[in-house]
Amino acid sequence: MITNSSIANKSKKSTLQSAKKKLSPYVYLSPTIILMTVLMLIPIVMVILYSFKDNVIMNKNPVFAGIKHYVDIIKDGTFHQAIYNTLYFTVMSVIFHFVLGLSFAMLLNTKVLKPATKSLFRVIYVLPWVFTATIIAILWRLMLNPNGIINYMLTTANIVSNKIEWLSSTQFALHALTYINIWSGYPFFMISLLAGLQGIPAELYEAATIDGANTVQSFRYVTVAKLKPIIVSMAMLDFIWTVQQFPLVWMTTGGGPIHATEMLSTYTYKLAFSSYNFSQASASAVIVLILSMCMALFYVKNQKAGD
Amino acid sequence: MKRKILGLLLSAALVATMAAGCGNGGSSVGTDSATSAPSSTEAVTLEFTQWWEPELAEGALRGIMDEFEAENAGIKVKLISGPYASTKQQVVAGAAAGTMSDVVGLDGAWVSDFVKQGAIANLTEIMKKNNYEDSQLASQIKLNNATYMIPVVNYVYPVFINKDLMDKAGITKVPVTRTEFREAAKKLTNTKNNVYGWILPLSLEAPNGIQNDVMSWAWASGVSMLKDGKPDLTNAEVKSAIEFVKSVYDDGSVAPGSFTMAEQDKVEEFTNGRVGMMVDSLAHIKTIRKSNPNLNFVVTALPAKDGYTGKRGMPYASWGIGIAENSRHQDESWKLVSFLMSEKINSKLSTTANAFPGNVSSKPDFTGTDPLFATAFDIYKAGYPANEFVGLPVAEQLMRSFDEQFQLLLDNKQNIDDTLKKAQAEWEKNF
Repeated sequence: MITNSSIANKSKKSTLQSAKKKLSPYVYLSPTIILMTVLMLIPIVMVILYSFKDNVIMNKNPVFAGIKHYVDIIKDGTFHQAIYNTLYFTVMSVIFHFVLGLSFAMLLNTKVLKPATKSLFRVIYVLPWVFTATIIAILWRLMLNPNGIINYMLTTANIVSNKIEWLSSTQFALHALTYINIWSGYPFFMISLLAGLQGIPAELYEAATIDGANTVQSFRYVTVAKLKPIIVSMAMLDFIWTVQQFPLVWMTTGGGPIHATEMLSTYTYKLAFSSYNFSQASASAVIVLILSMCMALFYVKNQKAGD
Repeated sequence: MKRKILGLLLSAALVATMAAGCGNGGSSVGTDSATSAPSSTEAVTLEFTQWWEPELAEGALRGIMDEFEAENAGIKVKLISGPYASTKQQVVAGAAAGTMSDVVGLDGAWVSDFVKQGAIANLTEIMKKNNYEDSQLASQIKLNNATYMIPVVNYVYPVFINKDLMDKAGITKVPVTRTEFREAAKKLTNTKNNVYGWILPLSLEAPNGIQNDVMSWAWASGVSMLKDGKPDLTNAEVKSAIEFVKSVYDDGSVAPGSFTMAEQDKVEEFTNGRVGMMVDSLAHIKTIRKSNPNLNFVVTALPAKDGYTGKRGMPYASWGIGIAENSRHQDESWKLVSFLMSEKINSKLSTTANAFPGNVSSKPDFTGTDPLFATAFDIYKAGYPANEFVGLPVAEQLMRSFDEQFQLLLDNKQNIDDTLKKAQAEWEKNF
């Protein structure tokens, strides 16, 4: 005979079991959730909160200042220059990373070269990516120095008559810095695109040839079409990373001469560690975060569409 | 089921490890940091954060600490050493978080900001409490009439001149006035041979060129960029010094690449014999000798304006020292500071560091060292150490904002009056 208490016990047990079932995924996820909270969520929330205070860290009792820092930053001419420079630096870097990356990847994927030659060039082409930002900065500072090898070669070949101050001239500094970043970043594109190229079946090219497609059409409708998901993902990631580029800019030009290479990252750093205006720096960092988040949203959307 | 249990155990272990990790971090800080309070019988361990140890001969600073420990039973010193830049970041973070070491190596440019944060202790009060006679100190960095930093040793910045280039250019005596310097820079410049008279580093990454290579021209003539502790950049004497630097630049006597050039680039160009004159720290003599043993160079005081007969200010940088405001061992910390400032130890430290002492009675031993140190010491004694950025709020930012305006001037994008007015306006925001 089934009693009321046994029914109650059973239902209690099943409730407990279903609760356990519901909870267990969260227990598995808890290490990641805790890590993400401690390392990402809390710092981000703190920075956002800091940006609305008069000044933190330097001021023991900070008070709410509303959107004052955001208004000050948006009105600041140097910030406008930093936005322009960052966009130029980023867009040019992403475009040339793609162009160079794809060119070298196709070169390394060609059947014309022997495998040993391809392996050698793979090592050579990937080298810039192996160096840390510090090494790259030192290397290029030396090479672009008025007495450096670049000027020596240009003057010896009579291409220029006077030595060019690549990193010290307001006219050249931003372009020189962008060039350095392009040089140091293209291998990442190259490797990813090379992996993509190697995954394109040869049959597709054969079919295209049978259909009467010429080389350009094969490239357009087979190579680019198949690489599109990689290209879009890489471009978005590269955009986010380049917007945040700090060590290379700081160690080569420090944002100068004058404000010729001022980026959002150097602008924020100077506010924090030179002016000790941590709240204003937080406001600037939040703006960079919003920019990066916009691209991150596109990236996630693109990934979902791909799935 | 087994997998489920294993998964749960692993998750729990991860969480526990993380919690333990955080906990350990906190407790280790608590044990050694300034905030821990030992019982009266417990040995006190002082933390001493500085950038000096890596710049001295191996074991030199530790040796001095061992002497201190031998003289002061019950006090141990734990050295926390790193390069200058990372020490700065560490001290700034410590000041913000309230975990600053008991004793900290300080740069004069940081003092004002740490005082504002309440991170470093008022040494005037500590000296009074310990009946310390402060007349033996060569200088003290004061704010609101209270001392917060004591320079332990000083590095001065004379003018280095390449003697061979000077002889080749037919210059018979070292320049003493600005006019002589400008003429010498012109004569030394030989663009065909890639040689320039002077070198001027104005990098915005480390804008100390404004302090050492630009403003020093004003201080050398007894001029101040401050009035009643506030910026006074538009005064005629500062304008005259800036005009002078601009005139040398316009002559084409300055090595190219100034706008992003850092101090190390300056030393390198001089060492390679491509520059005739530079204003630089005596600390670099050893590096220059090591890199180019054949370089024949001399040091001299910074030239002053024509007709100036007063004492010459000589830019300097210090290894300063301070005590954390929240240190529970301020008395023990003071023992360490006074030990380093004592006549004997300060002489020893200044000799080891190739610097000039912070104690008026201390004398560095120049035996066996480069004779240029003795020459520089004579110049130092004949003038006075001058660095008006010491103790100013956000000193580095002041240098940087001046640097930006100064670069616009050199680039002929604005005139000198606008440069000084704009720099003055930028500086005033911080006072």
